[in-house]
Amino acid sequence: MKLTGAEIFIECLKAEKVDTIFGYPGGAVLFLYDELYKAEERGEIRHILARHEQGAVHGAEGYAKSTDKPGVCIVTSGPGATNAVTGIADAYMDSVPLVVISGQVPRSLIGNDSFQEIDIVGITRPCVKHNFLVTRIEDIAPTIRKAFHIATSGRPGPVVVDIPKDLTSGAEKIKFKYPKELTMRSYQPTVKGNKKQIKSALEMIAKAKKPVLYAGGGVVSSKASKELTELGQAFNFPVTTTLMGLGVYPATDKQFIGMLGMHGTFEANRTMHYSDLIIAVGARFDDRVTGDLNKFSPYAKVIHIDIDPASISKNVKAHNPIVGDVKEVLQALFGMMKEQNFTPDKSAYDAWWKEINEWQAVNCLHYDQDDSHIKAQFVVEKLSEITGGDAYVASDVGQHQMWAAQYYKFNQPNRWINSGGLGTMGFGLPAAMGIQLAHPDETVACITGDGSIQMCIQELGTCSQYRLPLNIINLNNGYLGMVRQWQEFFYEERYAMTYNQSLPDFVKLAEAYGHVGLRIEKPADVEGALKEAISDTKNLYFLDFVTEPQGNVYPMIPAQYGHNEMYLNKEDALNDPKLKK
Amino acid sequence: MTKMKDNSKNSGINNRERHIISVLMENETGALSRVSGLFSQRGYNIESLTVAPTDDETLSRMTLVTTTTGGDASVEQIVKQLNKLIDVVKVMELSHYPHIEREIMFVKVAAPNMEVCASIKRIADIFRARVIDLKNKMYTLEVTGSPDKLDGFLETLTDNQVIEVVRSGAMGITRGNNSLRV
Ligand SMILES: Cc1ncc(C[n+]2csc(CCOP(=O)(O)OP(=O)(O)O)c2C)c(N)n1
Repeated sequence: MKLTGAEIFIECLKAEKVDTIFGYPGGAVLFLYDELYKAEERGEIRHILARHEQGAVHGAEGYAKSTDKPGVCIVTSGPGATNAVTGIADAYMDSVPLVVISGQVPRSLIGNDSFQEIDIVGITRPCVKHNFLVTRIEDIAPTIRKAFHIATSGRPGPVVVDIPKDLTSGAEKIKFKYPKELTMRSYQPTVKGNKKQIKSALEMIAKAKKPVLYAGGGVVSSKASKELTELGQAFNFPVTTTLMGLGVYPATDKQFIGMLGMHGTFEANRTMHYSDLIIAVGARFDDRVTGDLNKFSPYAKVIHIDIDPASISKNVKAHNPIVGDVKEVLQALFGMMKEQNFTPDKSAYDAWWKEINEWQAVNCLHYDQDDSHIKAQFVVEKLSEITGGDAYVASDVGQHQMWAAQYYKFNQPNRWINSGGLGTMGFGLPAAMGIQLAHPDETVACITGDGSIQMCIQELGTCSQYRLPLNIINLNNGYLGMVRQWQEFFYEERYAMTYNQSLPDFVKLAEAYGHVGLRIEKPADVEGALKEAISDTKNLYFLDFVTEPQGNVYPMIPAQYGHNEMYLNKEDALNDPKLKK
Repeated sequence: MTKMKDNSKNSGINNRERHIISVLMENETGALSRVSGLFSQRGYNIESLTVAPTDDETLSRMTLVTTTTGGDASVEQIVKQLNKLIDVVKVMELSHYPHIEREIMFVKVAAPNMEVCASIKRIADIFRARVIDLKNKMYTLEVTGSPDKLDGFLETLTDNQVIEVVRSGAMGITRGNNSLRV
């Protein structure tokens, strides 16, 4: 039987076992939508209609990040495609496996400045893992096959497939065959680590006196949380993670010393600074992690395990680079330990732990909750307690994101879903939506701020349509808090455009969309509100917490400072000689 | 521990290094812009670039010359990023191996009288350039050689009225072993 391009598209999705696709219709994808309609009737694929293409892409990201499946999106040509760009760039920066199908004007109109024509392949080139413009109906299936393969293998990332409308119209039909085997001579990610390098890693570990295990989002992508935890525990290493890595090592374990970097814990950053061996696993020494490279970990040798060779020795030179899939490399390392009868001496780092314990005693995340203003930290801590650290937590970008990262105790990977690399305000709500769609019976919270929530607030409509009982935790300080904090420290308290005037009545807004809205103003009401929202598994709760207006995130390492130059509180900032005019 | 060098654009203007990179890539639309995008994104200038299909027409070979100020680390990073491109099959920094480099150039010069003609021919002989066209009292010369030699040739011609210059950009190949092939 011969199929139209649009029918082929559906068959490809089925072959890839896609059950959910996020999108927004338009002229160039009408034929594809017509087939999606039929596929939905047949119960094969569910289409989730977002309210903006950015929401559709973030939704697919949330879906992908909380499962082991790629996210799939469909958008129309022109504005549909350009609206998707922020989401695509976000997925690129955070290595999220994503396949985005965009409609294109018919081939005969390409290049004519036709209605809703845009060169989306050109626009997205620098922010995709790869992209394709399909020019023949025969290429639809092989291209989609490649797109899924590229998106999900190696270091994952977004792939855009641009399909001209006339290829899907039915004017031309061909026999459908989904390619089984796929060999791409130009794309063969290295999965297995080099044995010699792994062996020398063991030797380096045996010599170290002050090691630290530094894990990132690559451990999540590689599903290697179990192996990483085993490694940490076998050696009694102190373990720190990046913002993207939270949850790969249980936060409540005593060896976990917290997140590192700009808003990381005092102990994590000191441990990095004074360590003599950094074992970096699926992490990339991002500038928010390292601060000033010239001051970064002056005494340390570096073992760097990552699937992306371009991430190794990019910012910090690796003395022992190991290219490979984190899970494979760690398993190979355990195998080698067995062969060599290598038993780690768990007390080898007692002196090191003593130093670390002293840094821990500083208790850098301590705060005081009085009974007037709600502290954002308090809300997150209560949420963590009530959900036992097991909820899915999506976050937006700003102070609330850092507080979520600091005070929610993630015990499992894939639970903390945020925009780390691009730092996209507006990510939280649609991402939470995607998570809830993937896990209908789980508790999903979206920690957001009064600025961020407004960037994709329209998705409240999607949540009503699909009855997603999210728990939106709006830490409403009335400011674009994170930017205000920088203005306070570095711009002499000139709060340019960071006071959020004319905020809507969020309770009424939630209600307008058919949700439950609550405004919480007193610390004493925090716990009750959270419990009410979480226990109601039918309704979306919009919890508008009125929090301390000018609270700051501590600890903080200002950009381009060293790990041993932290502000623990406002006094440190005020006394910073570098800031004195 | 060793730190990566500061590769900000204005550091060490004076120690510009020339790198010649060969790339084997899928002969696909857009492959070229993916490569050039990596350079433009970082503010690196591509001094010259030649590209054409190879004996295997599904493969294109590119020779790219760039000067950077960021030292080896920034070129190493570029080479890794090139390798990461899905369309790129293999990358080699030719400058790391014994190699041969050639460039072809056409120069159109005014030849108003016999005296000038003779002088141009003399220079051409020295550089093994050939006169390949003569029209409207203008000579077109063709010369092949290393980019340095071509620079030298142009310099010697400065006394003449040079009307037009076309250079192909360098292409390169390694000597003996270490070949760049699939
Ligand atoms: C799309 C986008 N625009 C601008 C920024 C810059 N930015 C980073 S944090 C922030 C403030 C966020 O404010 P809010 O959501 O209220 O959170 P808070 O920091 O107050 O917790 C801004 C404007 C950004 N990250 N993303």
